[in-house]
Amino acid sequence: MIAEFGLAALWLAAALALLQLVAGSLCLQPKGERMSVIVRPAAVMQGVLSALAFGALLLLFLNTDLSVKLVVMNSHSAKPVIFKLAGAWGNHEGSMLLWVTVMALAGGLVALLERRLPERTMLATLAAQAFVGLGFYAFLLFSSNPFERLPVPAREGMGLNPLLQDIGLAFHPPTLYLGYVGMSVAFSFAVGAMLTRQVTPAFATAMRPWVLGAWIFLTVGITAGSYWAYYELGWGGWWFWDPVENASLMPWLAATALLHSASVLAARDALRAWTVMLGVVAFSMSMIGTFLVRSGILTSVHAFAVDPERGTFILVLLAIYIGGALTLFAMRAGTIAEGERFSVTSREGALVVNNVALSAILGIVLLGTLYPLLAEAFGVKVSVGPPYFNPVSAIFFLPMLLVMAVGPLLRWRRDSAARIRPPLMACAGIALLVLAGLIAWGPPGLLPMLGIALAAAVGIASLLPLRGRKLRRTPLPLWGMVIAHFGLALALFGASADSAYSVERLVAARIGQVTDVGPWQVRLASVEPTAGPNWTALEARLEASYRGGAPIVATPQSRYFWAPVQQTNESALLTRWNGQLYAVLGGEAEDGRWQLRLWWKPFVTCIWFGGLLIALGGLLALIGRVYGDLRRRAILARIAQRKVDLGR
Amino acid sequence: MSLGLKAKHQRLVLVVVAFVALVAAALLAMWALRSQASYFFLPAEMVASPPQPDQAVRLGGMVEKGSLATLPDGVTVRFVVGDGKAHVPVSFTGIVPDLFREGSGVVAEGKLRADGTFMADNLLAKHDENYVPREMKDMTAAQARATVAETK
Amino acid sequence: MSAGSWKFWLPLAIFAGFCLLVFVQLMHPAEREVASAMIGKPLPAFDLRAAVPERPGLATVDLKDGKPRLLNIWASWCIPCAAEAPQLEALRQQGVEIVGVAIRDTPEDVTGFLARYGNPYARLGADDLSEVQLGIGSSGVPETFVIDGAGVIRYQHIGDIREDDVPMLIARLKEAAR
Repeated sequence: MIAEFGLAALWLAAALALLQLVAGSLCLQPKGERMSVIVRPAAVMQGVLSALAFGALLLLFLNTDLSVKLVVMNSHSAKPVIFKLAGAWGNHEGSMLLWVTVMALAGGLVALLERRLPERTMLATLAAQAFVGLGFYAFLLFSSNPFERLPVPAREGMGLNPLLQDIGLAFHPPTLYLGYVGMSVAFSFAVGAMLTRQVTPAFATAMRPWVLGAWIFLTVGITAGSYWAYYELGWGGWWFWDPVENASLMPWLAATALLHSASVLAARDALRAWTVMLGVVAFSMSMIGTFLVRSGILTSVHAFAVDPERGTFILVLLAIYIGGALTLFAMRAGTIAEGERFSVTSREGALVVNNVALSAILGIVLLGTLYPLLAEAFGVKVSVGPPYFNPVSAIFFLPMLLVMAVGPLLRWRRDSAARIRPPLMACAGIALLVLAGLIAWGPPGLLPMLGIALAAAVGIASLLPLRGRKLRRTPLPLWGMVIAHFGLALALFGASADSAYSVERLVAARIGQVTDVGPWQVRLASVEPTAGPNWTALEARLEASYRGGAPIVATPQSRYFWAPVQQTNESALLTRWNGQLYAVLGGEAEDGRWQLRLWWKPFVTCIWFGGLLIALGGLLALIGRVYGDLRRRAILARIAQRKVDLGR
Repeated sequence: MSLGLKAKHQRLVLVVVAFVALVAAALLAMWALRSQASYFFLPAEMVASPPQPDQAVRLGGMVEKGSLATLPDGVTVRFVVGDGKAHVPVSFTGIVPDLFREGSGVVAEGKLRADGTFMADNLLAKHDENYVPREMKDMTAAQARATVAETK
Repeated sequence: MSAGSWKFWLPLAIFAGFCLLVFVQLMHPAEREVASAMIGKPLPAFDLRAAVPERPGLATVDLKDGKPRLLNIWASWCIPCAAEAPQLEALRQQGVEIVGVAIRDTPEDVTGFLARYGNPYARLGADDLSEVQLGIGSSGVPETFVIDGAGVIRYQHIGDIREDDVPMLIARLKEAAR
């Protein structure tokens, strides 16, 4: 019954989305205002129903209902409960259901909470949200029904893949999804604003908290994904520029640009067309990235991974939504383009440079990700990796950092460069000092060296907006900006320090042999077999001492799973405040020696702490904005009340 | 009024700068892609038209039987990759992937030295886990990543 | 439309280019596989024990009797192998003789799998060390080979057999019979 209930809820939600679309569109016609009363309730009910459908799927997985095909394919009665639940979204159909659920819930929340926009714009926005949702409902119901029953119930599920039983993996995809799909709100806001020609500061203020929310999830998701790849793959790297990572980075870049241009629009009524454009692009990147990964076009070698039917379905959806929004943009942009003017040396000017740099990086990542496809159309097989992405994106990343240091110090509209010269000179001085120190100490590569010097200068510059303020009375959004910018500087420092000063040793060691790696002496004490619930492993016992101190034990493993057959290298990490020792156990050489791969990675953890700080900054800004809005509403309500009282 | 005129002028400057920067980004990206993308070679192609010694490329083929040997340092392996038409000797220092063995398929990333030996920085062995159905393809970043890593 | 508004159409043009590129790729899924060097070559010599009691094992000589066959490499622990079971059954019903090689498997698991998903195999060998698998240029499961009557590998299909692949495999078999 639960499956039928879920399917029914899904159909009803789709029907409501259709109603919401039709009613919302009619409202835009001259005589359609009467339809407006049903749009908001429809949006809220649609959110509730899709949440019920997703709840039904969770329940099916919780009960391991083996008459449902999806459960059979992806679950097993012996799985721990948490992984049974994670199995619900860890597959194509379930993740698509999660996608529409998040989209419908976001739409419902917008309908429930958002009161700042003109009603017509609001209705157009909700209609757009319903229009986008409708396509994905159709996709689910016609080609990826998660509630499909088997003609004969299976005896046992098939999803006991031990590799997938990882708590990080269970929650990483949904975190990213919240970010991807949250961007749909920005998309709908942009379409609504273009339809009603209301690209105003109010539009930017209304859209900003939603974008912030989605952006926080994206930031956390990317940070967590990077750390996972770092410890799980055993290659010592933390970012590999593979399409899966790029698919999450591209919407993040667009959303970051959007946040900044929205603040210009909100504060100064400038960059109207550009902000609307970014609103469309941010969600487009979410959809394109997900599509590229999901359709198997980029990641797969095997023809069977590309399912032309589903791939074409999603491509058609993309063409309708993105193509439609961009056409609307092309037709309307001319009428909304002219905003307030500003000088080059102003906060707006700096934010424009930031936006240009972010867009350039976005373009570079997108081109690099698509290039193998492009080359293949001409019969050439290539892959694109760090040798392309690192230097080319750095060319635009470095000026963006400089502007990040300068921009927050500038005033809106117009400012004089002379006013902010003293603090900037101080920062530049610090950068030069650091640079000189690095060169004296033995220069690493050019880019890492620049990175460390810039990180120091930008880190300090990012704190400057707090100068001369009472810290307790500083508005939360300003705190958010400062912390997020500082987080970026910290991440840059971690990445640069890692690439400049990492020490790597690859040895075949006898039992008892001591290997030096950076400041560590690592002794291979023993290699013993050990076993877990569904694997056996060889576990090395390493006794590592930092600068001759007391030894700390690290136990990297080489694990063999048997269902399905799979080997993984479990790296061992020893974390100190100033870096990590990273150890991987390889195979046994014929003469009884063991392959060990050891890294000392100074300050590498700053990368992820920086990422978390960026997300924390976003969270503070979000809290500040929502709180400000609530207070504004309370004041308005009081004024209205007083008017009523006076009128009596 | 001077602000208005001047601001309009400055706005134009910003637009031009933005446009130039974006075009420069596109040109730079295309140029860098042409020079930095790593091309895929089969052994026969590599023998017929060897890549430049400083160019990172990929070599894909079968590890020939009887060719795999570990050097005395315990961490360097040498083997021959062939495709039935030509053979390329490969040297790799590091921990070899699980499914890497004689007779299996392999993709090696690295550079071809002038003496004809391929110096691999990374080996990607083909893996049973590749053969997941499409429904599971997007299951997790892990699998997708593993698949990408193993096959691109 | 005002002069200079062409620039607002640029994003749409770029997106159209993207769609075109992806559409072409979708319609022509490229073969990015390192092709088996074994196509056109005779099967290596092997003689596998029977994987289950009710079917004979598989040896090279069994495949040289003049009749083209499908050689299916699979395992009970492989999920796509279950997905392709109906297609194998359909092939069998159309008169195709299918022989199987079970990779790294136990007789109990194989029996359980065949009981649940059907047994389309005329012969079924057990390849515990993946020797045959590697010997014929396969590196994963499932894979299906078209073997002609002289024991020569004519075609390699990688991954599970989809419904659309069934007529294609039959055509390949007819070709191999010539």
